[in-house]
Amino acid sequence: MVTRTAEGRQETAASFAPAPTVPYAIELKGISKSFGPVQANKNIAIKVAKGTIHGIIGENGAGKSTLMSILYGFYKADSGVIEIDGKRVNITDSSSAIAAGIGMVFQHFKLVENFTVLENIILGAEDGPLLRPSLSKARKLLRELSDEYELSVDPDALVENLSVGHQQRVEILKALYRQADILILDEPTGVLTPAEADHLFRILEGLKTQGKTIILITHKLREIMEVTDNVSVMRRGEMVATVKTADSSAEELAELMVGRKVLLQVEKTPAVPQDVVLDIKGLRVVDGHGVERLRGIDLHLRAGEILGIAGVAGNGQTELLEVLGGYMAASGEILMQGAPLDLSGDASDGQTRRARGIAHVPEDRHDEGLILDFPAWENVCFGYHGDPKYQKNALFMDHKAIRDDAKGKIERFDIRPANCDTPAKSFSGGNQQKIVLAREIEREPALLLIGQPTRGVDIGAIEFIHQQIVALRDRGAAILLVSVELDEIMSLSDRIAVMFDGRIMGEKLPQETNERELGLMMAGMSTPQKDA
Amino acid sequence: MSKMPKWADTILIPLFSILLAFFFSGLVIFAIGKDPFNAIMVMIDGAFGSTGGLGYTLYYATNFIFTGLSVAVAYHAGLFNIGSEGQAMLGGLGVALVCLFIPFGHWTIALPVAVIGAALFGGLWALIPAYLQAKRGSHIVITTIMFNFIASALIGYLLTRVLKVPGAMSSETARFPESTHLPTFHEMLAPLGIMFNKNAPANLAFVVALVACVFFWWLIWRTRLGYQIRAYGQSESAAKYAGISPSRIIIITMMISGALAGLMAINNVMGEAERLIDNAVEGAGFIGIAVALMGRNHPVGIILASILFGFLYQGGAELALWEGIPRELVVVIQALVILFTGALDNMVRMPLERLFVALKRKEG
Repeated sequence: MVTRTAEGRQETAASFAPAPTVPYAIELKGISKSFGPVQANKNIAIKVAKGTIHGIIGENGAGKSTLMSILYGFYKADSGVIEIDGKRVNITDSSSAIAAGIGMVFQHFKLVENFTVLENIILGAEDGPLLRPSLSKARKLLRELSDEYELSVDPDALVENLSVGHQQRVEILKALYRQADILILDEPTGVLTPAEADHLFRILEGLKTQGKTIILITHKLREIMEVTDNVSVMRRGEMVATVKTADSSAEELAELMVGRKVLLQVEKTPAVPQDVVLDIKGLRVVDGHGVERLRGIDLHLRAGEILGIAGVAGNGQTELLEVLGGYMAASGEILMQGAPLDLSGDASDGQTRRARGIAHVPEDRHDEGLILDFPAWENVCFGYHGDPKYQKNALFMDHKAIRDDAKGKIERFDIRPANCDTPAKSFSGGNQQKIVLAREIEREPALLLIGQPTRGVDIGAIEFIHQQIVALRDRGAAILLVSVELDEIMSLSDRIAVMFDGRIMGEKLPQETNERELGLMMAGMSTPQKDA
Repeated sequence: MSKMPKWADTILIPLFSILLAFFFSGLVIFAIGKDPFNAIMVMIDGAFGSTGGLGYTLYYATNFIFTGLSVAVAYHAGLFNIGSEGQAMLGGLGVALVCLFIPFGHWTIALPVAVIGAALFGGLWALIPAYLQAKRGSHIVITTIMFNFIASALIGYLLTRVLKVPGAMSSETARFPESTHLPTFHEMLAPLGIMFNKNAPANLAFVVALVACVFFWWLIWRTRLGYQIRAYGQSESAAKYAGISPSRIIIITMMISGALAGLMAINNVMGEAERLIDNAVEGAGFIGIAVALMGRNHPVGIILASILFGFLYQGGAELALWEGIPRELVVVIQALVILFTGALDNMVRMPLERLFVALKRKEG
C-alpha cells in the first residue's frame, strides 16, 4: 500500500519504513456515536495513508455520513480518538476541521448561486474586512490550480451559470483555498455525466500525485474499483473490512456491504410489447423563468414494456414525470390509451389520472411520495384518498379500511418495522420506497411512472424493487422508468431513450448499446456516427 | 426518530414553560415591592374562587377557543392566519345584522341563524386574503394583518355612520331584541339547582365553542378534507403530487378559519354585549395565536390554553383592582406567558430532549 503512494513530500519517509512509523493522514480509533437508541457508529477504526484515495462504501444507513460528519465536526463522537498526521486532534466544529486540514465536498453543493466563483471561494475565509486582497489571492491560486489539475473554472462566472460538474470543481477549489490536505467527497458523481465523472477522477488522481489524501464516499462499486487505492466497507454502523482495492472485486465488496450474496444483475425475460398505452407528441414545458425545460418530446410506450429514460439529473426528466403526473403545465399532446390528458397542470387532475390507471412513484419520496410526519397507514392511501374503498360515507374516511390495507401491504412487501402507526420518516430509505411502491403497484396500473426507484435504497431492497417492477411489466403494465443510474437503466429497460437539455437524443435497445455510447448521448452528443 | 415520548411533548413542555413564565412574573411583582405569592393567590381566587370570577374566566376562554381554533385550522394547512382579529370583528357585524334585522321569536331560532351569519362574514373576510395567496401569491401573513386594519376601520365607519342609533352618544348599534338573548350560565344552571352568579358574562356560547372543538377534531382527523389540509400543510409538493389542488385547500381552509374566528361573535356580541360595539374583539384574535401554539393545534390543548389565558385575563383584572398592581404589569405577565410558551418553546424543549435521550441511553 505504501509502495502505491505516489510522488510527494511524504515519499521519502514512505519508501524507507513500513506503515507503523509513518503517520497516517487520518487515523480514527474506536469512534462510536449513538442517536438515542440507534448506534450509528460502533467502535470504528480506520487508517488512511497519506497520498492515497481511500474509498468508503456501505449501504444507506450504514453510518458513512455519520462518520464523515464526525470528522468534519458536525457531530461529536460519544467516544473515540481522531488523529491527523499522527497527532490527536479535537474537532468540535467545521472550522476546527478546516484548521486541521480537512476539506469536504458535499453531495449537495453549498454555494451561493448569485456570487461569482471567486466570491464563493473566499466566502468565510476572507483575510480582512476588504475583499480585494482575498479576491486577488484567490485568483492567483485559481490560475495555479487550473494549470496543475485540470481544475479550470472561469473565476468571474456566476455560479448559477455553471454546469453541475463545474460547480463541483468550485467546491473542491474552496477546500484547496483553505489549504486542505485531506479532501472528503460525499457521493460526488451522483449528479455528473459519465464523462464529467471521468474528469473528476482525473482531478482526484492529480491531487493524489501532489500528496493530497482523498476520501471518497460512494455507493457505486464501479467507481470504487476504478479510482481507489484502498476501500473500507461499512455495514450497520460497523467497519467490516478494509482491503486493497486491487485485491478485491465488485462482487466481494457487495457481499461485504450487504452481509450476504446479492444478484447485481436483474433477471428478466424478453418483453412482449402490446398496444400503445402512452403516446407523447411535441411536449413542451416552459418554467417560471421563461426557460424551456422540455423542447418537444415525442415518445410512445406500449403495454408490457419498460422504457428507460437515461440522462443526467436536471435535463428535463423531472418535468416529464411531473407533466405526466398532472402537476406541471405543458403544451403539446399526451394520449393515454387513445384519450388526451389535461395538460393544464392543475394538480386536482391528479385524481382523475389515478382513476385512469396512471400510477406514479415520484423521484423524491421525501418531498413528494410521502408525508413524512404521517404514519405509514395514512401514507398508503396518499393520492388515492378519494377512492371509495377508503371512505366510510360522504363525510368521513374509513380508518379501519385504510389500516387493514396498510397492514396487508406491509406484509406483502415485507416493510419493516411492520407497524403501520410508525411515522414514514422513521423508516429506512428502502422501506420508505417500499411503502410508495406498494401503494402504486398494487393498484395494478395500466401505466407506472417511476423515477429513481432505488435512490438511497440499500442493495438488498434494490433487488426486491427491481423484481417488483419486472413482475408488473410481465402482468401487462407499461412502465416509464427514469433513473440517473445508468446501470439500472441498462439492466431494467426494454428500450432506452436518452434525454439531454429537454430533448430526446435518441432511442437505443439495451442489448445494442453500451455505457460509453449512452454516456456520449447524455452529454448532448447525438450519435450520427453510429456504425454507419 | 422521536426523541421524546408524546406525553412529555404535550404536557411537560407547556407545564415547564408556564412555570418559568410564572417564576419571572413573580420576580417582576417582587421588583415593584409586592408579594408574588399573595399576588398569585389573588389571581387564582379572582379567576376561580367564585362563580362570578369563574364566569368571567370562562367567558374570556370562550373567545380564545374560537380564535385559537381559527389559527389552528389554518396552521394545519401550513398557513399563518394573523387575521383572526379582523375576521372576528366581521363575524360581529354578521351577528349584529342578523339579530337586528331578522325578527326571531326565540333564541333557539336566532342562534343557528346568527351562527351562519357570524361564520359567513368571518369566512368571507378571510376569503379575500386567501384568494390573493392562492392565485396571486400575496403572502397571507401580510394580507391578513392588513385586513385587520381594514376590518377595524370598516366597523368603525359602520358604527359611527350607518348602524349607530340616531341621537345616541356612543358608536354602537342598537341593543338586540330580547328574543335573541342567549341563556347565561346563571339561567342555564338554575333549573339544575346550581347557583351561578347572575352578572357573570359566561353564556351558552361556551357550549357552542365546545361543539366547534368537536367539529374541528372531526374535520382535521376524520374527514378527507382534513386529510388533504394536513397533507398540504406538511408538504406542498407532496400534495400536488397526490392530486390535491393547493389553491383549493388554501381558499377552503382560510374560509373555515375565518368562520371559526367569526363565531367568536356569538360569545362577545350576541351572548355578552347584545349589541355591536367598537373594538369588541379586544385582541382576542391575537391571543388565539398564542392559544393555538400552546395548545399544539389540538382542540383539547386549545381548550386548556384558553382557560389559562382566561385565567390570566380575569385574574389579572382582579390583581389590578385589589392589589394596586398596575394594569400594565398584568399585560407584562400575559406577555411573559406568551413569550415562554410560544417564542421560547425550544428553550425548554432542547434540555428536555437531551434529558430523555440520556435517560434512554441509560436504559439501553
